[in-house]
This record gives sequence, C-alpha cells and structure tokens, in this order.
Amino acid sequence: MMFAAQSIADFFQGFGGWQYVIAAIIHAVLLVHVFAVSPFAFIWLERKVSGRIQDRLGPTRVGGLFGWLQSLADGIKLVQKEDLCPSAADSMLFRSAPYIVCVSSFAAFMVLPFSHGWVAVAADCGLFIILAILSLEVFGIIMAGYSSGSKWSLFGGMREAAQMVSYEIPLAICALVPVIAAGSLNLGEVGGMQRGWFTNWFMFHDPFTFIAFFVYFVVATASCKRAPFDLAEAESELVGGFHTEYSGMRWSFFFMGEYASMFAVCGIASILFLGGWNTGLAPIDDALYAARNASIDGTSGSAAVGYLANVIGAGVFVAKASFGVFVQVWLRWTLPRLRIDQVMTTCLKYLVPISCFLFLGATLWPLIMVTGMGRTTWTSPIGDRAAQGLQETRDGNRVARISDAGNLDAAQARVGDTGHIGEGVVQ
Amino acid sequence: MNGESFLFTVFALATCLGAIAVVFSQTVVRMAFWLVISLGSTAALFFLANADFVGAAQLLIYVGGTLVLLVFGVMLTASGPYLKIATSPGEIVMGSCVGLLFLVVVYASLNGVNWRKSPAAATENSNPVVATGKTLRPIGLSFLGSRPDQDLTSDGDTLTPGYLLPFEIVSVHLLVVLIGAAYLARAKRRAGE
Repeated sequence: MMFAAQSIADFFQGFGGWQYVIAAIIHAVLLVHVFAVSPFAFIWLERKVSGRIQDRLGPTRVGGLFGWLQSLADGIKLVQKEDLCPSAADSMLFRSAPYIVCVSSFAAFMVLPFSHGWVAVAADCGLFIILAILSLEVFGIIMAGYSSGSKWSLFGGMREAAQMVSYEIPLAICALVPVIAAGSLNLGEVGGMQRGWFTNWFMFHDPFTFIAFFVYFVVATASCKRAPFDLAEAESELVGGFHTEYSGMRWSFFFMGEYASMFAVCGIASILFLGGWNTGLAPIDDALYAARNASIDGTSGSAAVGYLANVIGAGVFVAKASFGVFVQVWLRWTLPRLRIDQVMTTCLKYLVPISCFLFLGATLWPLIMVTGMGRTTWTSPIGDRAAQGLQETRDGNRVARISDAGNLDAAQARVGDTGHIGEGVVQ
Repeated sequence: MNGESFLFTVFALATCLGAIAVVFSQTVVRMAFWLVISLGSTAALFFLANADFVGAAQLLIYVGGTLVLLVFGVMLTASGPYLKIATSPGEIVMGSCVGLLFLVVVYASLNGVNWRKSPAAATENSNPVVATGKTLRPIGLSFLGSRPDQDLTSDGDTLTPGYLLPFEIVSVHLLVVLIGAAYLARAKRRAGE
C-alpha cells in the first residue's frame, strides 16, 4: 500500500539501508507543507468569505490577486510579536499547550490517504487511529485554558472539555455508519470501494448513510470548535476563551491546529461518504485505475502515468475536503453562536439519539433489502468492489519488498482466506 | 542501529521519563501532562510493534478519555488556582516499597523468558500480519468466533473459538456499570433537593 514511500525508497536504493529514512523524511516534509500551507489558504478564504457574506470586499490592500498576500502579512506580524507568558500562569504547561494542539492535528494526516495508496501509514484501522489522534487535540486546549491563570481561559477550557467529551460520541457513531456498509476501517480500502458512478459513494448507499453524512458534518464542525459551536472562544463573553492570554506564534499554533483539523475531518467525510479520490464518473475512474495498475505492473514508461493518475486523485480529494472547509466557513458567518446549554442539549438530546438510530438502521438496511429485493445494496454489490480492491492490494504487495518468498505465499494465502470470508459476509 | 530500534529507544525513554516526572511533580495537572507524554509514547511503542489497534485504543481511552476527564474533574472541583498534592514521608516509603516489589517481579519474569529464539521460530514470527498490513481483520473475525490466525482443524481437540464470550461478558459488565453510575448520580441529586 505504501506505493509512494516504496517508489521513493527504491529511488534511493544505493544509500545502504538509509533509503527508508530518506523516504520518511520526504514524506514528513511533504505533510508538514500540506499542514502549513492549508491554514494559509483557509485563513485567506475565511477573510474573503466573511467579507463577501457581510457585503464587504474582504482583504484588498495587502496586494496580490484578491488580496491573497494577506495571510503572508498575518504570518509576518505574528512571528514578530512578543511571546508573552502571564505571571499567574503555570509557565511549563502554558508554553507546551500549543504544541500538543498542533502536533495532534498534524499527526492525524499520517493516516489520511490523499489518493489510491498515497498515505504515509496505511494502517488497517486507519479511521480508529485518526479519531483517536484527533481526540488528543482537546487536551492541549484544556491545558491552555487551565494553565493561563485567567478566569476567561478557565471557562473556555471547561466549555471545550464538556463539549468535546459529549460530541466525540455522535462523531464516532456517525463515522461507523458508512463503515458498516464498507466492512473495513481501512480508509484506503473504504475510498477504493466507492469507485464507479457517484451512486457508489457511501453517502448514497442507503437513506441512513445519507442522513449520517449531514449529522457527521454538524458534529465534525462542533468537534473543530467552529461557529456556531465555538463556545471555547466565544469572544463576546469570554474575551478570547482559552487563548485569551496567548500572543504571537503560540497563538497562531492554535489556529494552525484548528484549520488543519477542519481539513482532516472534512477529509474523513470525503473518504467515508463522498468517494474520496474517486471522481464519481465511472469512465474517468476506470481510466485512472487502469493507469495505476499499469504502473504497478512495471511496464516501462507507465510509472509517470500512474503517478499522474494519483496526482489527479489527490486533486479530487483535496477539492472535496476544501469544499467541506468552505461550507464550515460559510456556516460560521451565517449562523449565530449557540449558548452552552443549547450546545449540550443539541448533542445529548438530539445528535446522540439520532446517530444511534442511524447506526441501528444501517445494520438493518441490508436485511430489509434482502427481503425486499433479494440483494443487499441497490447499486453494484460492495463485495465485488471490495474484491477488486483486494486484488489490487495483493498486486501491490507482490511488488513490495518482502525478503522471504515463502512468507509471501503464506501471506497471500491468508489475504485470500480472509478476503473470501469478508466477501461472504458482505454479499 | 536501524531506524526502528532508534525510534524504540526514543519512545521508551519518553515513556520512562514521563512516568518518573509524574511521580516527582506536585501539581495534578502537570502530572496529567506527564501522563500524556508517558501514555502517548506507550501508544507509539504499540504502533512500532505493529499493534495498531492496541495503540489507537491506548490513545483514545487513556489519553483522550481518562486524562481529559481527570483534568475536567480537577477544574470543576479545585478550590485554589493550581491544585497540589503534598506527599507525606509515610506515603513515600509505602510507595517505594510497592514500586521495588513490582520491579523485582518484573525483573524475575523478564529473566524467566528465553529471549534467544530458534531460527525456525524467528522466521515463523516475521509474520504475515506485518507483510500484508492487515492487523485488524484477524481481531474482528476472532470477535465473531472465527480464528483465521490459527489452524483449528489440525490440532483437532484444542477448541479456541475466538473471543465472543469474553467480549459479551465485558459488554454486559459495562452496561451494569453504566446503569449503576446513572443510579448513583440520580440518588445524590435527590438527597440534595
């Protein structure tokens, strides 16, 4: 699965055992840039969208087309600012809190696939890992609120803790609804199963996944503490909430973390519900997959074509996730902020029961379909799509460097076995 | 020294130093911070051992769940700005006795294992799970009662039909705990009214 890492590692074959280190460094640098550049773009988007929604022009003075240099100007200003630590604060916790926020939302990108096989760590329980890592972010925010030595920050931190502890439940349950349809927690596999026409996207798999997409999006917006759920900041009541006492780069780390986790949850939504890197048009998808398979087979000259196919896939994925971020920005400047009790009521009295209902419905849906139509899905059977993906994964593994040939055969036999069982269950 | 053992050293050191800092720091929230470092590095050690599921569960349950609740509880109940725990000399003596005893047990059990494997066992263990990256499917299937990792037909009488029964027992236990917690919380509020 680690096609990109493998190809880079092969390129540096002559470096005597260090090629994996070099490949890892290249991956880390690429991810850091995605992580650093996406907030840059999204902060500009936030300013521009808010300006347009409020019938203003937004940033125009700083220069560049549509004032895109505004983010750069912001960055230069923030770097120059003094790094303050209040005397009432617990300085060790106060200084380290932004790093926890930043590192946890950055680490989520490790298991997020950007295209077919383009993932830094192709973990079998990728969705579980990414939700676990994203749940660490709240700890940094609580610590920032607690250690600032200010009542506004403390209120912000407490609200964030209460909000996150309750919103993680519907978030996880809603993310499980398409997983029931897919039968896999591997984000790469889940994305690959939605190839073909857009009716194959899990959003259109059954009515429950369709509703689950919207519930997931609401809950994900809340879990990024975005308006109308931004009670942790609530600048009209709490000055700046948990980041009242922060300045300069430490302050901006919180916002880099926020924009990165917005992109991460929208990326998860796009993989689970919106077909990930698949275009939703069967002829284009089939052509892209054919190009990738040709490059895996190792026909001369086809490696570049397969790479290009993956670049197109990554572009589609980033476009879908960025659209999700745009909708979150749009929501922020459209809806007023809720009160804290309304936020908790929304979650515990409405979103948790709704998501439990959707979960139950999604488990019962295949049975209803079987009694009504004699098959478990109304589109092409997922078992077929899963088997196709499994075949490609197996081909990829054949290329992957495994020292012992006997092990490889045993491994493939086992993949075949479990795959067979999986197909039986799904079909 | 390859990359894997270097990373192991880094995370093992972070685990141990974090654990030591938990013992030596006085403020509760600082302890929680050092616990995050220690438990997070333990999760990283699980990831290094290709135990993705255990590592993610470690992060989600201990770091994301338990510690957030701990700090939340401290913020709700603390009377002063930074809650401190003063350890009395008796507690230090008791604690170090328990710690030393535990160290002896761990050292004895580590010495009891023959770490030098036969070559056959070594090749058997460079395993298909690592090769295929499918770390979760065997666990999921064994919860359903099927064990794809074990050849049940060859041994005949050794019936290990997966973890379905323990899993159900644990889930019933959790349900009991939930109902009990709800009952206790409700009773307390009634007494206050």
